[in-house]
Amino acid sequence: MFRSTIALGAAVALTASLATSAANARDQIRIVGSSTVYPFATVVAEKFGKSSHFKTPVIESTGSGGGFKLFCAGLGEGHPDITNASRAIKKSEVENCAKNGIRNITEVKIGYDGIVIANSRDAEVANLTKRQIFLALAKDIPDGKGGFKANDYIKWSDIDASLPNRKIEVMGPPPTSGTRDAFVELAMEGGCGKIKEIAALKKTDKNIHKAVCQSIREDGAFVEAGENDVLIVRKLEANPNAFGIFGFSFLDQNGDKVQGSLIDGKSPTFENIASGAYGVSRPLFFYVKNDQAKTVPGIREYLAEFASENAWGEEGYLSDKGLIPMPAAERKKYMSDAKNLTTNIMM
Amino acid sequence: MTDSISLPIAASTASKARLASRHAAERRFRIYGLLAVLFGLSCILTLFVTILTGGYNSFSQTVITLDFELDADNIDASDIHGSNFRTIVRRSTYALFPDVTTRQDKRTLANIVSSGAEYQLRDFVIAHPDRIGQTVTLQVPMSDDLDQLSKGVIRAELDESERRVSDIEISWFNSLRDQGKIETVFNGTFFTASDSREPELAGILGAALGSFYTLLVTLALSFPIGVASAIYLEEFAPKNRLTQIIEININNLAAVPSIVFGLLGLAVFLNFFGLPRSAPLVGGMVLALMTLPTIIIAGRAALKSVPPSIRQAAIGLGASPMQTLMDHTLPLAMPGMMTGTILGMAQALGETAPLLMIGMVAFIVDIPGGVTDPATVMPVQIYLWSDSPERAFVERTSGAILVLLAFLVTMNALAVILRKKFETKW
Repeated sequence: MFRSTIALGAAVALTASLATSAANARDQIRIVGSSTVYPFATVVAEKFGKSSHFKTPVIESTGSGGGFKLFCAGLGEGHPDITNASRAIKKSEVENCAKNGIRNITEVKIGYDGIVIANSRDAEVANLTKRQIFLALAKDIPDGKGGFKANDYIKWSDIDASLPNRKIEVMGPPPTSGTRDAFVELAMEGGCGKIKEIAALKKTDKNIHKAVCQSIREDGAFVEAGENDVLIVRKLEANPNAFGIFGFSFLDQNGDKVQGSLIDGKSPTFENIASGAYGVSRPLFFYVKNDQAKTVPGIREYLAEFASENAWGEEGYLSDKGLIPMPAAERKKYMSDAKNLTTNIMM
Repeated sequence: MTDSISLPIAASTASKARLASRHAAERRFRIYGLLAVLFGLSCILTLFVTILTGGYNSFSQTVITLDFELDADNIDASDIHGSNFRTIVRRSTYALFPDVTTRQDKRTLANIVSSGAEYQLRDFVIAHPDRIGQTVTLQVPMSDDLDQLSKGVIRAELDESERRVSDIEISWFNSLRDQGKIETVFNGTFFTASDSREPELAGILGAALGSFYTLLVTLALSFPIGVASAIYLEEFAPKNRLTQIIEININNLAAVPSIVFGLLGLAVFLNFFGLPRSAPLVGGMVLALMTLPTIIIAGRAALKSVPPSIRQAAIGLGASPMQTLMDHTLPLAMPGMMTGTILGMAQALGETAPLLMIGMVAFIVDIPGGVTDPATVMPVQIYLWSDSPERAFVERTSGAILVLLAFLVTMNALAVILRKKFETKW
């Protein structure tokens, strides 16, 4: 028995080492990046893999920031070809890419995503303004005497009598998430601008203005719920007092359990986000290394699939998954960029 | 005289009271233990019931029987792969309700059938090219929303605005069911397909094979190394400060959080040796590092349990230390070592954290064919599905957990059987 085990072990080890030596040039697209774009990119990748003769791309969900880090680490087979992002590439990331020899990058906008503040269907629909969102979630708020104090609002009704008499309890993504970045930028900073004391600060001290507008309270009223949006939906279902912050696609799929709050009078519907009437929406992107399109087979075809009307158009399959399409003119521009691999990032 | 013997201490009332309280303490102590066991059992029971009730649905799938006209206009016999099966599926779906004419309604109607139907039809035609020009009847999966409606997860009695399925879709569904076109069948796709973004097309085969390749590498590395280390440390190593330090470190290593091994894999195997990302080879190497301490500790315990008299007898009859080991000690210790190895493998099977760092937490559709192909493993698949927005993935997640649990129970049962069968009592 023992000898046969040894023989088996040796055989297994041999097979493993043989398979290793067979590894050669990569024939599969590798994609990293945002967890918000992941549900859309995976659908395209799957269609692409089924309908073409190429292998299905491998997609890792690393977050936008993590994606750029991997993407900009270098050229060649060991590095991803495409990164998805729920925000535009930052200047520092472009510089990092250039430092590692990646100079030809095509940026492709794929559509929009709304960020919703939702609560359980057992509770009433909330009608919030960005100002109220800021006052509920900011770390420091004006104390009315020209200075700032720690946020002491406990109930929504303390902010405005028209809001529900419920404790402020909001679950949202952690700082590593692109959704969080976009929420802070669009909702918090948007609300910030509506408050006179803080708007005045922008002229006198930009750093303090930024800190006040971007800091989220840490006293338990805002709960970081991780990147798992399904978990947030389940928690909302169990707790009618709580609100959750997540992407529109999760609201779209769970409309029987949670409802989106109105922001500045507009409800987060497909139509309102597409028309731009709903104020908290952001563009989604992916970035391609043009130089790698020559060595890795299928990149151009994958881009053609993604940039087709059938995928990202108004009635494409991505809209079924909750992606908000771009206006026709914008689609046309990015389609031609994707097709020709136009370097459209300024180094 | 003999019957008058009685214990004088038993007579005093104080000692009776003491005895009673001691007995009571004894009973309480047993009850605490029993309660602890019952608590553990009830937790496990709750877990199993939740997963079973949530997961059994994933083993069935709602299908619809449709007639497909394989006309030569849409199918190019020389290029079946690139033919237009989408149009054929659409046409068959529209034919179900010819009175649907508006664009919006037609779009909704087209979506009652899974988007995988066109590929199923394509594969059918590739397998039966002689059927081109005929009309074939096939069962194709329905979309995940209607599948959930059929299983009662999406409740038709809710208001239309509160559910994902519209009234018109429910009326279509009911009419088709009354015509006998809709059936619920065993979900074979779940066991023969790989990951997909459409719940009705998603399966665990890719992840299961990924787990298999990963564990193969883990076993090939950690078993020989672990057994050799255990033998050396237990049988041959001198007992000095150095071996003591090694021993303590092996025990410590068994308690290192698994994510640390993932970071090590990223730094050493990927960045330094340049091995492929997302490959079971690297995953297996990382998990081998993680299971080594378990195997070494179990192996040493098994060797220790072989009585010294066996070794002494062998040596006394003139066997060399190596002969003693190979012919006597090791065969007797083997069942214990195997048990340790299987438990280590079961632990490795359930691991996700170290694989996150080396890129095995990814969307991978192609079924891996070897240890260097990109692959994911079963616990990762469970994690990815649990994070998907589509409602039908909730039951798929539980279904995958059931399959993973089945594997784990099998492995643990194997360990018990091996122990019972080959174990020698001294």
